[in-house]
Amino acid sequence: MAKIRIDKQRCKGCYLCVVNCPNNLIKIAKDLNSKGVKSVYFSGGKCTGCAMCALVCPECIIEVYR
Amino acid sequence: MSNIIRTKNAKDKIRKNSVLRPESAPSAQALKSDTQPAVVFCRPASLRDIETHYCAGCGHGIIHRLICEVIDELNIREKTIAVAPVGCAVIAYDYWDFDVSEAAHGRTPAVATGIKRVRPDNIVFTYQGDGDLAAIGTAEIVHAANRGENITVIFVNNGVYGMTGGQMAPTTLAGQKTATTLQGRSLRREGYPLKVLEMLAVLPGTKYLERVAVNSAQEVMRARRAIRKAFVTQMQGKGFSMVEVLSMCPTYWGMTPIQAAERIKNDVATFYPLGLVKG
Amino acid sequence: MSKKEILMCGNEACGEGAILAGCRFYAGYPITPQNELTAYMARRMNETGGVFIQAESEIAAINMVFGAAVAGARAMTSSSSPGVSLKQEGISYLAACELPCVIVNIQRGGPGLGNIAPAQGDYFQAVKGGGHGDYKMIVLAPNSVQELLEHTFLAFDLADKYRNPAFILGDGLLGQMMEPLQIPSRLESKTYDKRWALTGCSGRKPNIIRSLLLSEGALEEHNKRLQAKFSAIKEAEVRYEALNVKDSDLILVAYGSVARMARAAMSEARAKGMKVGLIRPITLWPFPEKILKETCARAKKFLVVEMSAGQMVEDVKLAVGDKAEVNFLGRMGGGIPSEEEILQHIEAII
Repeated sequence: MAKIRIDKQRCKGCYLCVVNCPNNLIKIAKDLNSKGVKSVYFSGGKCTGCAMCALVCPECIIEVYR
Repeated sequence: MSNIIRTKNAKDKIRKNSVLRPESAPSAQALKSDTQPAVVFCRPASLRDIETHYCAGCGHGIIHRLICEVIDELNIREKTIAVAPVGCAVIAYDYWDFDVSEAAHGRTPAVATGIKRVRPDNIVFTYQGDGDLAAIGTAEIVHAANRGENITVIFVNNGVYGMTGGQMAPTTLAGQKTATTLQGRSLRREGYPLKVLEMLAVLPGTKYLERVAVNSAQEVMRARRAIRKAFVTQMQGKGFSMVEVLSMCPTYWGMTPIQAAERIKNDVATFYPLGLVKG
Repeated sequence: MSKKEILMCGNEACGEGAILAGCRFYAGYPITPQNELTAYMARRMNETGGVFIQAESEIAAINMVFGAAVAGARAMTSSSSPGVSLKQEGISYLAACELPCVIVNIQRGGPGLGNIAPAQGDYFQAVKGGGHGDYKMIVLAPNSVQELLEHTFLAFDLADKYRNPAFILGDGLLGQMMEPLQIPSRLESKTYDKRWALTGCSGRKPNIIRSLLLSEGALEEHNKRLQAKFSAIKEAEVRYEALNVKDSDLILVAYGSVARMARAAMSEARAKGMKVGLIRPITLWPFPEKILKETCARAKKFLVVEMSAGQMVEDVKLAVGDKAEVNFLGRMGGGIPSEEEILQHIEAII
């Protein structure tokens, strides 16, 4: 089973990962991180480990495991 | 994608070095109990594990990473000498874990020429924005290209001066509003957006020229292949290679990052066509 | 004979000094009256396996030298007044990044495009810092073809020693004239540790060459360090020639080619019974203030002769203060003060 890890505190909230995930598995959190940004989180589910999210992340804070 | 698949050792390294916080990961416990999942994507070793100063959704972070991925893959980190520009990427040396020199605004290809001629066995690349390369440094880029300098140029085109507050760049599209074109760029008043790659393509000294973008995962993969090809062109001693990367500047485009990525597809890439220009 | 003597023009001698110093990178752009130097370097770099680049501009040339210096090479560029103006941006960066290199200015008449006759109107630019920010270059002022060779050789050594740009301030007269030149058979060129150079980070941590220092106080600290270096240079590297300064009532002060006319005028004046001496600054920065101060214990009159509207004279006045009277004779725009002209001034003042 594939999965991703997001360094939530370093997320600047561009949400490019959200729109690039083919299975819509990345969601925007309701609470703010230490930057005052609504960061993203991995909602779980059918992650294929395609790494589309990581490819577009300008902060390089998404790691993908498969 | 095989080029970003890491071994188990790489995964161990990540565990040791990354600053993964508990709330951002399923938890270390959960990971341990797994049947050793392989890391298919992580920060390249040449990209320092620190936060960048770039705005949310800025393309520089992606492009910095792609360069580092290619350098790691080609195993040239210890041979690489980069020349950073003046502009938003001025402190790129804080993010890259290899030798980097600064250069005066636009003089980047002249500095790279000096380095490469003295040390032809090193891999020398410049990283330049559109103000640096297409305005103040026009003479330097044209003549480095025309001499066929065996260097690689990564040209980031986001159509605006970011560092100084969003003024018009030579690459700003017609009608685009900036701090110095309040009603939008007028072709009659400010002239036409500059297509640098097409201009350089007529020079025999240029060996590989390609335009890519970083607005989607697919385009990022293409961008990575192009950057790799540019470095390989240099390693093979073929001569001048350059990749123009269409990049987002959500802040000075007055858009959300997602809108900015859309704009590249709908507006920017229609004026600056993606793909191989020469090579 | 351990020394061979040949006839060479000043521009070529300057180039040979660089080659002897191990300079293997030259970038330049054509401009009169220094063209023989560029042509000479094109030939000699080819013979010695060095790099010669005819750049697209003076700006590119100085930045290519910046790159070569970054990579640890001994590098040089040369030009004449208008071209050196274009190099000022690069010089400021070189000084800020503490990169050693040698820059040659074979001065011509100015301002603007001026003419191609000899002049000394770029003294302020060279000595006071023509580019932005607080920096200094070591400025050497040769006055013969022989010295053009020797000073250029020395400039590379000083540049490496202090990690700072060094500058040769010549003029069209020196560059163009031919004199017998002794090429020293053995010139020992020291090698300096350049661990700071960019060579690829094999077996070490990455090196960074930068002048942008944004964190709180960092730039002031960097400036303080630079100033401390400049103080050390001031202590150790002052060079000058002093003739008849002990018994003279009037001291001529002149540098470069003008010092030759001043010297002849001094001899003539002494033959006529006037007690005249000469101080010839060899380093224009650091300026030989001390000898000037010491000299005015006896000499109460100075005559500064320049091919300018009066530039070095300001430094002489600063050194002498109110201890002596400082007079000035200057010619501009290619005018050269003659021996007779200087002598007339001496007679009028003394």
